[in-house]
Amino acid sequence: MKTAVCMKQVPDTEARLRLNKAGTWIEEEDLPFVINESDECALEEALNIREQRGGEVTVYSLGPPRVRESLRKALALGADRAVHLDDEAFAGGDAVANARALAAAISKQPVDLILTGSQSDDLGWGVTASLLAANLDFPHAWLVMGVEIDEAGEKVGIVREMEAGKNELFNLSLPAVIEVQAGLNHPRYASLKGIMQAKRKEIMALSAADLDLEADQVGARGSRVEIVSVTFPRTGEGATMIEGDPSTAAEQLVHHLQNDARVLS
Amino acid sequence: MSGTVWIAAQLRDGGLHPASLEAVAAGRQLAEALGVDVEAIVVGDGVGVAASQLARSGVRRVYVSDQPSLGDYVPGTHVQALVEAAEAYRPSYIVFPHTYQAVDHMARLAHRLDGGVLSEITSFASSEEGLLFSRPILEGKMQAKTRICGLGPMVLSVQTGAFQPAEATSDEPAPIERLEAAKLPAPERELLGIEDAGGEKIDLTAADLIVSVGRGIGGPEKMAVIEELAAALGAEIGASRPVIDSGWLPRDRQIGSSGQTVAPKLYIAIGISGAIQHLVGMKGAACTVAINKDAGAPIYSVADYGIVGDLFEVVPALTAALKEASSD
Repeated sequence: MKTAVCMKQVPDTEARLRLNKAGTWIEEEDLPFVINESDECALEEALNIREQRGGEVTVYSLGPPRVRESLRKALALGADRAVHLDDEAFAGGDAVANARALAAAISKQPVDLILTGSQSDDLGWGVTASLLAANLDFPHAWLVMGVEIDEAGEKVGIVREMEAGKNELFNLSLPAVIEVQAGLNHPRYASLKGIMQAKRKEIMALSAADLDLEADQVGARGSRVEIVSVTFPRTGEGATMIEGDPSTAAEQLVHHLQNDARVLS
Repeated sequence: MSGTVWIAAQLRDGGLHPASLEAVAAGRQLAEALGVDVEAIVVGDGVGVAASQLARSGVRRVYVSDQPSLGDYVPGTHVQALVEAAEAYRPSYIVFPHTYQAVDHMARLAHRLDGGVLSEITSFASSEEGLLFSRPILEGKMQAKTRICGLGPMVLSVQTGAFQPAEATSDEPAPIERLEAAKLPAPERELLGIEDAGGEKIDLTAADLIVSVGRGIGGPEKMAVIEELAAALGAEIGASRPVIDSGWLPRDRQIGSSGQTVAPKLYIAIGISGAIQHLVGMKGAACTVAINKDAGAPIYSVADYGIVGDLFEVVPALTAALKEASSD
C-alpha cells in the first residue's frame, strides 16, 4: 500500500498569539509551530496501515522553510519519505490553490491511499482535501473516525461522523482521500532510533515549475479567497468579568449566581 | 457578475435541516448587498415538504432536484445534480449551511464549476475593498476578514448560529420548479448503515447544572478538582472534544456539534477555550460561567460571568465557596 499523508504546520494551540504590525496576520517570529493535530492522526493511521500490510508512507507539506522541521518529525515518527512543496510562489494560497499544488505533487508517484486531517487548526478551511480529491478524481470522505482496508487492498471501510452522535458506515474503492478527525487514534512519540534515522533521510523539495504549474495557478495569485485582516474578539463582551484573588472571586461568583442570575438557591 | 445567489438547502430526517434557514437569511442579505435575486435549491428524494418551507422563506424561486437515487446522500450524485442545475442557471454564489454533510461535498461542487470556496462565514459587510466576509480562525481565537478575488462562481458555507433563521413570510409562496432528472453517476460510496457513535448512556440534555471541562485540565489524573465541584453543585460533568479525543473522559460526556446539545440552567466551562464546535452545543444554557487562564479565549464572548485565572486555584475556591454558601 502506497500511502501519501498531507500535513500542515500550524501554530501550537497553546501559543500566545499576537498581531503583526499591519494587522494582516499573526506575528510568526518566535511563534512555536507544530504538526496540525488531525494531520498527525492521519500520519499515525498511515504508519499503522503500513505495519499491518507493508508498503510505504510519503508525507507532503506545503509552506515556508520552517515546515521542514515538521517533515523531519514525520520521518522520525516513521514516514519513509518526505516532500516539501517549497516555493515563494506557493505563499498565500487558499484551499483551491493549495489543493491544485498538492494534487500535482502527489500524482508524480503511484498512490493507493491519501490520508490527511479534516481541518487545520489555523485557517480551518476544511475543504482542501476534498478539493485535492476532486483534482485527482478520487472519492473522498470528511470527518472520518474509522479506517479499515480490506484484505485485497481494493476497498476501504469508513466510519464517518455525522451530527448528533451518529456515525455513517460505507466503503470506498481505492485510491481515495480520507480526511480523519483528531481522536481517531493516539499518535505515537518518536523514538531515539527514529530521530537518528530521520537525520539520514532526504526531504525532497518541489517548486511550482517542478509541478508544471504556472505562478498564477498557485499561491495568492491562484487563489479565490484572500485574507485582508485579522482581529482578536473583544474580551468578555457581554460577560461580567470577576476580578480578585481566587477565593474572593469565587465568593462573588456564587453571590451573583444566587442573587442575580438566580440559578442557585 | 450579475448571477443570482443560491441557497443549497440541506435536509435532515426527511425535512429541512434547521441550519438551512440560517443559510437562507445569510443568502437574502448577500443578495440584497449585491442587488441580485435570491433562490434556493434542494436535492433529494421526496423533498416536497422542504421545498414548500423554502418557498415561504423569502426566496424568489425554489429549484427541486428530486429523484429516488438522490435519497441516500453520496457526494458524487448530489454534486452532479447541483452541477447540472448550476450550469443551467449560473448563480454567482451558492450558499450552504455549514453542516457535516454540506462541507463533505460543497468543495467538489466548487471544483466542478471552476469556482472558489469559502467556508464557515459568520458575517459580511461592504467596504471600500468590496465585500468582506468574516470567519473564525485559529480555533475561534481570532477572526479573519476575507475578500473574494478572481473569476467564477463562489461556494460559501455559513456557520451555524451566526445568522437568525429566516422566518416564514406572509407573501405569496415562491414558485417551485422541478428540474429535469440529473444524469447521475454510479454512487462512489457503498453505504452500509448508520450507528450510534458510542454509548448514549449519559443524557446531558436534561441536566440542569453542568460542569464542563476542556483541554486546559491537562490530563485525566487532574480531574479531581472538577469532580469535587460537580459533587458540591450536584451537577453532571461534560467535556469539550479535545478531552474526549484524548481519552480523558468517555465519549458520552462530549458537548458540541458532534456530541450532545445541552440547555442547562447553569453551565460552568472550565479550561475550555470555546471553539465554535463546542459553542453550538451549549449556547442554549441560561447562564454560562467561564473559567480560563487566557483572557482572550472566545468562551468569554458567550459567557455571563467570567473569571480569568488558573483553574487549579479558581475551581477549588469555587467548590469551597459553594460549600460555605450552602452551610449558611
